[in-house]
Amino acid sequence: MMRRKLHVLLLPLACAVAGLPVRAASGVAAPALVAAQSEISFVSHQMGVPIDGRFRKFDAQVQFDPKAPQKAHFVIDVDVTSVSLPTSDAMEEVVKPAWFNSKNFPAAQFVSSAVRPTDKGHYEISGQLTIKGQSQDVVVPVTLTQSGGVTTASGEMVLHRLAFAIGDGEWKDTSVVADNVEVKFHLALTGIAPL
Amino acid sequence: MLADGQTPGGTATEPVKRYTDVAIALHWLLALSLLAAFCVGLYMADLKLSPTRIRLFNWHKWAGISILVLSAVRLGWRLTHRPPEEPAYLPAWQKRLAGAVHQVLYLLFFLVPIAGWAHSSAAGFPVVWFGIIHLPDLVGPDKQLAETLTDVHAALAYTMAGLVALHVAGALQHRFILKDNIVQRMLPGSRPQGSGEGRP
Repeated sequence: MMRRKLHVLLLPLACAVAGLPVRAASGVAAPALVAAQSEISFVSHQMGVPIDGRFRKFDAQVQFDPKAPQKAHFVIDVDVTSVSLPTSDAMEEVVKPAWFNSKNFPAAQFVSSAVRPTDKGHYEISGQLTIKGQSQDVVVPVTLTQSGGVTTASGEMVLHRLAFAIGDGEWKDTSVVADNVEVKFHLALTGIAPL
Repeated sequence: MLADGQTPGGTATEPVKRYTDVAIALHWLLALSLLAAFCVGLYMADLKLSPTRIRLFNWHKWAGISILVLSAVRLGWRLTHRPPEEPAYLPAWQKRLAGAVHQVLYLLFFLVPIAGWAHSSAAGFPVVWFGIIHLPDLVGPDKQLAETLTDVHAALAYTMAGLVALHVAGALQHRFILKDNIVQRMLPGSRPQGSGEGRP
């Protein structure tokens, strides 16, 4: 029992120690998400009324060298069950099969396929977005800014909820809930070399 | 030009002095709007979340804001166009009661929609009139306040319904029991009949 506990305690330490030489060799720590300073939010529209929502849990795996942005790779994982909406009845509704079907599809993912610099600090990231088991090719404009060792990737895009079968059945009526959903993200990353 | 609710051609012995056409139109338009908004409000309150609930809530809010705007127009019209005098044969207490009911109703035409609007703001749902015009929030998001305001909105609406019932009862009494011309002053399309009969 004691040994097992010790083992659990030592495991992260061992991993950290093992990781150190690798990072030291490459000279750059692997970029990591600072969750507390990051946000993924969205606005849907009910008969013209904006409804704010956000995801509380998500993670990012990033490979990004400012000198070779074309080689960059982004994977964003979103815990769909962490969705937050303004009212309790909306929270109960959104996990149902007609909406996110969170029980069967608890994760959404974006995987980049190409990164194209458009201007200084501005990039167009193409990739595949998968929500509720439905994949769509998307192009996301991203702006990178740096301050105090933290690189912030931010941007916004319009998603069409029906392309992902979000709001199925009686909820398909876009005169009640609009097809367009504006997604905004703000990802704080450490370990990215100066732009 | 019509003045003081006087209709043209009132040469008969006892012409009915009607409200102006604008006042009559606003009265009945608002009567229908208030009735519709009240019934929808009663029906929608306990619905489970569904497209129907969202539609009804938004229609109710659009109706409420429309009522607010029309009531402002109506109050402006009322203040600049003197309504026909109450007949002299009415007892003073009846005139006072009718006047008081009218005044409180006017107050509620504003308070009920404003309380509903404030509730919507507090609940975190801005009102977008007809799905197009974004109205400012009257208060910030506050769940506790939203619950209080929904009670206030409902209490005021029930008060208004009670006063409307009293108003309608008075109108029916004049029309069918006293058989005088008071109600005719507000009926659409009723040309002056000049019948002063049926007066007590």
